[in-house]
Amino acid sequence: MNSMNEVEELRPVGETTQFIVIKLGDEQYGIDIKYIDNIVRMQHITRVPKVDDYLKGVINLRGEVIPVMSIRIKMGLERDVETKSSRIIILKLEQQGTIGVIVDEVREVVTLENDRIEKVAYDSKDENANFLCGVGKSDGGLISLLDLNSVVLESV
Amino acid sequence: MDVSQYLEIFLDETNEHLQNLNTQILSLEQDPENMDTINEIFRAAHSLKGMAGTMGYKRMQTLTHDMENVFSEVRNGNIKVKADMIDVLFQCLDALEEYNTNIRESSDEGTNDNGALIKRLNDIMGGDSGETSASEPQAQAPQAQQAAAAAGGGFAGIKLNESQQSVLSEAIKQGKSVYGLTVKVQESCILKAARAFLVFKAIEETSEIIVSDPSSQDIEDEKFDLHFSLVIVSEAALDQVLKAAGAVSEIEDVSGSVMNLEDVGTAEPEESHAAETTGAVSEATAETTPAEAAQTPSETAPAEAAQAPAPAAAPAVKKPPVNKPVVNRTVRVDIEKLDTLMNLVSELIIAKNSLVSASAMSGNSSQAVNEQIEYLESVTTSLHESVMKVRMVPIESTVNKFPRMVRDLQKKLGKKMELYMSGEETELDRTVVDQIGDPLMHLLRNSADHGLESAAVRKERGKPEVGSIFLDAYQDGNNVVIEVRDDGNGIDTKAVKNKAIERGVITPEQGEAMSEKEIINLLFNAGFSTAKVVSDVSGRGVGLDVVKSMIESLSGEVEVKSKLGEGSTWTIRLPLTLAIIQALMVEIGEEKYAIALGSIQTIEDILPSDVKLVQAKEVIQLRDLVIPLIRLNEILDIPSKKDPEENLVVVVVKKGDKLAGLVVDELIGQQEIVIKSLGKYISKCKIISGATVLGDGEVALILDANSLI
Repeated sequence: MNSMNEVEELRPVGETTQFIVIKLGDEQYGIDIKYIDNIVRMQHITRVPKVDDYLKGVINLRGEVIPVMSIRIKMGLERDVETKSSRIIILKLEQQGTIGVIVDEVREVVTLENDRIEKVAYDSKDENANFLCGVGKSDGGLISLLDLNSVVLESV
Repeated sequence: MDVSQYLEIFLDETNEHLQNLNTQILSLEQDPENMDTINEIFRAAHSLKGMAGTMGYKRMQTLTHDMENVFSEVRNGNIKVKADMIDVLFQCLDALEEYNTNIRESSDEGTNDNGALIKRLNDIMGGDSGETSASEPQAQAPQAQQAAAAAGGGFAGIKLNESQQSVLSEAIKQGKSVYGLTVKVQESCILKAARAFLVFKAIEETSEIIVSDPSSQDIEDEKFDLHFSLVIVSEAALDQVLKAAGAVSEIEDVSGSVMNLEDVGTAEPEESHAAETTGAVSEATAETTPAEAAQTPSETAPAEAAQAPAPAAAPAVKKPPVNKPVVNRTVRVDIEKLDTLMNLVSELIIAKNSLVSASAMSGNSSQAVNEQIEYLESVTTSLHESVMKVRMVPIESTVNKFPRMVRDLQKKLGKKMELYMSGEETELDRTVVDQIGDPLMHLLRNSADHGLESAAVRKERGKPEVGSIFLDAYQDGNNVVIEVRDDGNGIDTKAVKNKAIERGVITPEQGEAMSEKEIINLLFNAGFSTAKVVSDVSGRGVGLDVVKSMIESLSGEVEVKSKLGEGSTWTIRLPLTLAIIQALMVEIGEEKYAIALGSIQTIEDILPSDVKLVQAKEVIQLRDLVIPLIRLNEILDIPSKKDPEENLVVVVVKKGDKLAGLVVDELIGQQEIVIKSLGKYISKCKIISGATVLGDGEVALILDANSLI
């Protein structure tokens, strides 16, 4: 075990992943920093008619029109309540392009070694687990790591 | 030196020449005696050969060379144009096209020698002129003649410094020859420096360039008129060098002569020298082409020759009018750069709109500020228009290949048909023109294969034996409409319905309830084809659904009208511009929406009591027209803030010949808006065609009037 840890420490920095820790309700979630383009304050969202509930609408980000979705509604939590600490995190995804997601609060950036991330087993009973790709153990407690592709995936 | 930097130009020009050849050979088929066409074909083939040679594509050069020989024989009246000859020529063009594709993909022409084609070409000639080599000097004749024509060029005026002179005398001692050359570039040539470079390269294969006038640096920077002169040292014969240089395309002529060291004075350029060299040139050319006098295909040559002894330094002799379309002065620009420019213009317009709303908000806008804003507005509007125009190209480039395609189809399908095109000059955004080709091609094939009946059936039905396919393009407001029409059989809705039931696309009950129009629309379903026999032309069932989705991806639509026994019309409607439009801003509840001005017919103020019910749908009557009403607040799920007793504000929009009245709460005004896509992520909402950023930074959605009707 000891020798293992030593080997771990010798590994290059590339073996760690950085996450931005956000809050939705009481729970902490982590978003892989490589997908994050920008974090902006809450602003007026223009509603788009006839789309799924979780799609809140579009915003203007420096001249670009960007769709914004609510993770809360998608995950079946209570609706978002806009507060001072509400933020829109702009994600850049390969498939869906640029998308904003609403979060209650942005807390910090954590760096997790990959061996401190535990995969979660797929559990058909717990719907929310489908949106997670793992759980990270940091000094500040447990962080549920969001699987962005399934969060953002269009519900059929 | 490396020619790869000229590869792009080469490919583009080859395409143009091939397209030109296609068109010309088609018209030659119609009118085999037309001398202008034959000359034009000869010219294009000759340029192609030269270009391929310079770029080192030997196979392409060989093939074009043999084609050129055939044309040359035709031009001299030795052989007549026959149908099988046209077929062979078309096959040659296809082969050239293949070379071109190979080169584009791998910058290599591939290994297909097309020996069979070359043999057939030679057979064509063999019939009349005996051996192929006979036509060789004929092909060269015009070149050499032109060389003689512009003799007396500037090389005699070149002054040499001491070291250059010593190089020359050294070379002569070694038994090499010194030549002076004057090269004239065509007036229409766009990249003179590139052409000059190719000439340099061609000459350097056999010779050494000692000095050039203007200097090579100036030539590289395009600091020369149409002529440049060279003094070279070579072991090769003069005519070989002339030929090599003359083979570069867009070079009008190359003249030259052997120079004696005494000729090249270090001091004053003398008239007598010019005369001397001129004499030498005519002598030289006369030697190389003894047959020249006998064949004078170019009538302009003697005239030019007469003018030749003019002073060496004089500017280019005005080119005599040639039967060749005038080439516009153009610059090739990467489309990405234009996109960037377009985006910047969009930003500017948004900034201008912000300024307008900021000045309105502050309330104390002075006269001066308003004037400046108006000025800014007119500048941005014309800037936008010019950028849009830059991106617009005629659809000609795309539709030009269709006559040839229809000709091939005719042979393949064994039906008689004729394609009539109109409106080729209609302009569309470049990206749209590039992508519209495939869907159009498919519709044409569809008409040819499924639409038109065979000649026998047509005769029986009392129609002319030759079927007609029409391709018409025209502008209609903010749209461009392209129609593909045929006078064939039309769509057999019963057959379509049965097929759909058979394929399980619909149930028999559904089929019963469907209107004719709905049945026709089934054709656009994936995996649907009614052709009884699957040919390689169409009928694989991968056509119409692709057509539809491709056109929709260009924000266009496709419609079909058909009458059994009389033919079908496929109508493609495409937006003229994709980026910035004039729009009417309206308010519904608390939300703002934009409606494209192009689709708006009128705006009406309607009393609530004037709204009538027809089949439980609200309509209004307007100047004898009954127009269905669409209450936008209901469709968009917004509570209206207007009292139901108040007058209705109705925006009447049109789509083709259909009208509809959109009920809004309030009108805000007309505004220039920049269309931004909502992105793939929000694609479910069909009634919204995009979004725009308003002056205050808010996003407003653009209503797609077409999908509302």
